[in-house]
Amino acid sequence: MSVLLIAEHNNTDLRPFTFNAATAASKINEDLHVLVLGNKSDSVAKAASEIPLIKKVIHVDNEIFDNFTAENYTSTILKHVDNYSHILCSANTFGKNLMPRVAALLDTSQVSDIVNVISEDTFLRPIYAGNAFATVKSTDKKKCVTIRPTSFDPAPSTGGSAEIVKSEPGERFDSSKFVKREEIKSDRPELGTARVVISGGRGMQNSDNFKLITAIADKLNAAIGASRAAVDAGYITNDHQVGQTGKVVVPDLYIAVGISGAIQHLAGMKESKVIVAINKDGEAPIFSVADYGLEADLFEALPQFLEELNKLNSIQK
Amino acid sequence: MKILVAVKRVIDYNVQVRVKDDGTGVVTDNVKMSTNPPDDNAIEEAVKIKESGKAKEVVAITIGDDKAQETVRKALAVGADRGIHVKVDGIVEPLAVSKILKKIVEKENPDLVFMGKQAIDDDCNQTGQMLAAILNWPQATFASKIEVKEKSLEVTREIDEGLETIEVNIPAIVTCDLRLNEPRYASLPNIMKAKKKPLEQLNASDLGVDTKARIEQIKVEEPPKRKAGIKVASVTELVQKLKNEAKVI
Repeated sequence: MSVLLIAEHNNTDLRPFTFNAATAASKINEDLHVLVLGNKSDSVAKAASEIPLIKKVIHVDNEIFDNFTAENYTSTILKHVDNYSHILCSANTFGKNLMPRVAALLDTSQVSDIVNVISEDTFLRPIYAGNAFATVKSTDKKKCVTIRPTSFDPAPSTGGSAEIVKSEPGERFDSSKFVKREEIKSDRPELGTARVVISGGRGMQNSDNFKLITAIADKLNAAIGASRAAVDAGYITNDHQVGQTGKVVVPDLYIAVGISGAIQHLAGMKESKVIVAINKDGEAPIFSVADYGLEADLFEALPQFLEELNKLNSIQK
Repeated sequence: MKILVAVKRVIDYNVQVRVKDDGTGVVTDNVKMSTNPPDDNAIEEAVKIKESGKAKEVVAITIGDDKAQETVRKALAVGADRGIHVKVDGIVEPLAVSKILKKIVEKENPDLVFMGKQAIDDDCNQTGQMLAAILNWPQATFASKIEVKEKSLEVTREIDEGLETIEVNIPAIVTCDLRLNEPRYASLPNIMKAKKKPLEQLNASDLGVDTKARIEQIKVEEPPKRKAGIKVASVTELVQKLKNEAKVI
């Protein structure tokens, strides 16, 4: 049977994790269809049709999808699931909010946050903040699965020409109303997909000191992350949080500055290819996962780091 | 207004979890257990709403074995009025939990149901959304701010891109983020008083809910270990290593 991926987008473009989720979904079954629910979202349906892994795009365009609420999405998704064995989406805040609502109404026990597809019913997923990996087999007839996007490579975005089929929305849900969204706009790479991430923790001491991190991020074309402690203290906004209850990142290079390395933070970054830790406490747990540890006062180390980077002839972007 | 708050007993967040040698799960014997951290935020918020005069009663519920009652007693010690313990042994998947909670909602008729956004043991992040679905109630997930209005809640949600604000009509489900508030500690006199507060015990089977697992756990393994790294002596050495050895900059 075919599998159905729910596209995440902003009514203009697909969000990047949809490409990673497409890769995972096509490992379950190559007959991958995608459902695009949006408002004035023709460009999204077109972009989805150009992903070579996607065989068919179902596009429902209606004002009720303007703000992507789980309630309005769910009624429409349920109208479209009959011919599919699996319903899938990314395990980010979009998918985490949406998929359980769909699964419960299908009387399906959802498999959350998979990092590998073992067979069409068996998946690998981290539990206990990634301190254990469980191999689980879903026995439900229709399966609802969310995908940890950073565990799969993004699908190519061009070269396909899937058919786009228009369809109708389900019932509008009236008991919930969108008020506003405060998105933090940035020219930097997105935290979830950046090649380099530099994160600050409680050791940064205040929000002003994050400029030391910003300067290095500019130089390395890096995204800026933070520990929960730094976000709780108000040094930086919540969209930067890396960890069990924040974002999971798998960059080529992760630089942890003034972060002690609580289990909950490690859960969000320990799969990074190369990890650097800068901390003045030589016993900090972050050093146990670091490839390169520097025991130093960050207020001395960061300016020196920038200086050394400035000396290099070239830096990878 | 009545608020029902669901709490779960999990391995304490400070414990380094170990996988059992036979691959059937993680070690829980002689391991410190606590209330799931964001469930503490859910209780705190409900109690604060009651203290502000906007709610009359806070009822804490847990689902699990006999020891799960500890989490309800803790909720009672920080201000919940009474407790419910639905006894089930073994793993109960979020779908079954939401079905049990639905039965309790039908019995108790709360105006709001609060719980943590995610349990830190199975990391599923499903129960609140599932309960909202089967009750056909609105859901406000990952809440970092709640404003109680006359017939609705205005909830600020933490999303990947920043913050989103929605207004949900009551009755509604809210799942709480750790940043929603600062949970209070229970004082000794309140812990003693909590022992006298009513705690009703029910069995999942009496509620007519099938709690059989739909997901088979085939094996549980240790995550792949990272190979030990090195300490560098200076920033210069660090940059050289990153450039010439790791080749990442």
